[in-house]
Amino acid sequence: MGLTVWTIVIGTTAAAACSLVGCYLVLRRLSLLGDAISHAVLPGLVAAFLITGRVGGWPAVLGALIVGVLTSVLADIVHRRTGVPEDAGLGVVFTSLFALGVVLLGLADGTDLDPGCVLYGLIELAPLDTAPVFGLEVPRTLLTLVPVLLITIGLFVLFWKEVQLTAFDPAHAVAAGIHAGLIHHAVLALTAGVIVASFEAVGSILVVAMLVVPPVTAGLITRRLHHLMPMAVFFATTAATGGTLLATWWNTSVAGMMAVVAGVQLGCLLAVSSVILGERQSRGERGVSPGR
Amino acid sequence: MVPPVLEVDDLNTTYQRRVVLDAIDLSVDGPALVAIVGPNGAGKSTFLKSILGLVPCTGSVRVLGQPIDSVRRRIGYVPQRESVDWDFPVSVGDVALMGTYGRLGWFRRPGAAERRVAQECLSRVGLDGLEDRQIGRLSGGQQQRTFLARALAQQADVYFMDEPMAGVDASTQAVIFDLLDELRDAGKTVFVVHHDLRTVASRFDRVVMLNRRLIAAGPMAEVFTTENLQQTYDSQFVTLDEAIACSATTR
Amino acid sequence: MLRYNTLIVLLGVGLLGAAAGPIGALAVLRRRALVGDALAHATLPGLCLAFLIIGERSMPALLLGALASGLLGVTVLALLSRYTRIKEDAAIAIVLSVFFGAGLVLSRWIQNHTTTGSKAGLDSYILGKTAGLLLDDVLLLAGLAVLVLVVLLALYKEFQLLIFDRDFARVQGWPVARLDLLLLGLIAVLVVIGLPAVGVILVASLLILPAVAARMWTDRLHRLLVLSGLIGALTGVVGAALSASLPRAPAGAVIVLVAMAFFVVSAVARRLLWG
Ligand SMILES: Nc1ncnc2c1ncn2[C@@H]1O[C@H](COP(=O)(O)OP(=O)(O)O)[C@@H](O)[C@H]1O
Ligand SMILES: [Mg+2]
Repeated sequence: MGLTVWTIVIGTTAAAACSLVGCYLVLRRLSLLGDAISHAVLPGLVAAFLITGRVGGWPAVLGALIVGVLTSVLADIVHRRTGVPEDAGLGVVFTSLFALGVVLLGLADGTDLDPGCVLYGLIELAPLDTAPVFGLEVPRTLLTLVPVLLITIGLFVLFWKEVQLTAFDPAHAVAAGIHAGLIHHAVLALTAGVIVASFEAVGSILVVAMLVVPPVTAGLITRRLHHLMPMAVFFATTAATGGTLLATWWNTSVAGMMAVVAGVQLGCLLAVSSVILGERQSRGERGVSPGR
Repeated sequence: MVPPVLEVDDLNTTYQRRVVLDAIDLSVDGPALVAIVGPNGAGKSTFLKSILGLVPCTGSVRVLGQPIDSVRRRIGYVPQRESVDWDFPVSVGDVALMGTYGRLGWFRRPGAAERRVAQECLSRVGLDGLEDRQIGRLSGGQQQRTFLARALAQQADVYFMDEPMAGVDASTQAVIFDLLDELRDAGKTVFVVHHDLRTVASRFDRVVMLNRRLIAAGPMAEVFTTENLQQTYDSQFVTLDEAIACSATTR
Repeated sequence: MLRYNTLIVLLGVGLLGAAAGPIGALAVLRRRALVGDALAHATLPGLCLAFLIIGERSMPALLLGALASGLLGVTVLALLSRYTRIKEDAAIAIVLSVFFGAGLVLSRWIQNHTTTGSKAGLDSYILGKTAGLLLDDVLLLAGLAVLVLVVLLALYKEFQLLIFDRDFARVQGWPVARLDLLLLGLIAVLVVIGLPAVGVILVASLLILPAVAARMWTDRLHRLLVLSGLIGALTGVVGAALSASLPRAPAGAVIVLVAMAFFVVSAVARRLLWG
């Protein structure tokens, strides 16, 4: 298979996994926690590299599970124990962890860990590093990405009822006997795992685009979780495919282009929906009396 | 002829296409203590905010016979306690001083005169000696009194207070009622969103009964009736005493 | 002895920290900490476009481009939260990632398609290159610090009221929307001027960390502003000095870690001293 095809396979797999967990994050208004985790896993990635000598892979994914929960727990501690506002508490934790990662990255300089790859993703090069699977040379990244995607889908199917309840109404979920805190932290751990598995494709910053933008776009069309998730996956995978093709054509950053295409999708849908809803909305908005 | 203190004509407020206040017409003469009552979510806070121009609305509002923007110096406001961040790094004295900022205008810093006013207002609400305390380290009643002191420092003619007696103890409530009486005796008009129906009839001159629409408004003796209460509170009870008892237990 | 270059860098980063501290304190109190982060990421496309148009490295032009696209980013953010049902947290993440993505597309395109687009030029804005500060930059930073000082002295009471109780400020007749815009403008200018030293990804933390560290020591706003300026300056100087001896680690990241250390020490000290 051609390199571009493999690039698209990697990109769509990562995008699908990200957008699935992203649906939960967006509904629970945790988008920024997703952003924070994506920054915060950097030191874990670099540490895993320094120890195992490999970029990504299962050790990094497992390490990320811990970092994911740790970010939210630390931010919570900073917020509660010091009275710093919640958003600033999150900012304190993830910028510090990210800076730590960057410094570690600088110290690892000279080895074959490329800062550009970790920060912005070098999906262009991912297909070159292959491993044989049943006689077919498959990009090594997929060996983590595909299982992570399957696990994500499996967990959501298995715990569908719980996820649905906690996503829309955590208070009611608790009343119904569901351990909302447990689900919450499990999803955060999953988010971190997905982020790390995907970072090679989209990098540790742009992974946010895949986490948040497709679910928001899908949310303009539907408010029901079992419609939202497939639709978000649709937008995510098309953005990944379109982004890869455009970037290859113009010879520029694939990860960046994926984010841009996802943004364009959102913009188009917003325009369409505002034309459809515009009538009703303007009736509600019009208002401040001329006397004021 | 003295214009009414508050004149509201066809006031409508919607939040995200939901009508919260529906065609309110109202005229109130002062000086008076005016209670605004209604169940939770009736739109009482929204009513105050609409009058003060804090939320978009349609219709006309005149305070002291003029549009609100021309009389802002003469208006005092006590917001609901939940509306601010009590971790904010200001002291009780700082908050009281904020009442004088409107008169000071751009760039001028509060001086000795303003500090004296703020100090005086703090003693009127019984917060002497607490001026350097961070506002988060106060009890609920003290926080409420800090807001009152700030409103007093505005030296206004018309006051709008949103549940100044929510979650305060009996002694704070007594302090606040005495203060309200003082204000009325000094010729001011005070609108108070009030939850406790037991004290409405005895402590206020006029009442505005609100539940999305204006149910009734006027002098206490004429308007504060079982029938109107039933309408305001969606007829959960049959007598005035029962209504009052009910309001006491649900608080 | 300190060499001239080192002195310039220390002075520059110190001034940057001194200005970032108090503005950051207001930003944090106004719950704008992460908006600053989105704004910083959103500067990248403007930076690249300015580079494409001007053709060579000219700092004022680059920074103007960065300012324009950063402000465009927060405008989009405001429009999204106001006119759509998209929640603010999602809107922040959207602006941050899509603008940053566009910036990466442009910067990679410049690298691959132009001869002048030397890799070092734009990359240094992503993670910051403190050692590259020149005397002109320091003068710019000094000007900024003075501007911050003047605005804060003139509008201290207005900002205090605006941030503490917006509704009350409006009842008193203050133009809260315009004051808010001014504060946002200050945040934007600060983020942009901090780019050369700390970089797009980490500059927002220069707003957050000194401010929250200073908050551990005082409960009064005027002291908070002064103290966060001091901590910011100290952070800059110590961080820049430290990064001079760690040439392989990006200076911006070292500065942020120093700021974090100040915060941790302050938080622990507060608990020990006041329980
Ligand atoms: N900012 C807002 N956005 C949307 N709905 C609101 C907002 N503020 C209040 N509401 C709704 O408007 C109604 C009236 O609220 P409010 O004026 O606070 O009632 P009250 O003060 O009488 O308890 C409530 O149903 C409330 O849910
Ligand atoms: Mg209310």
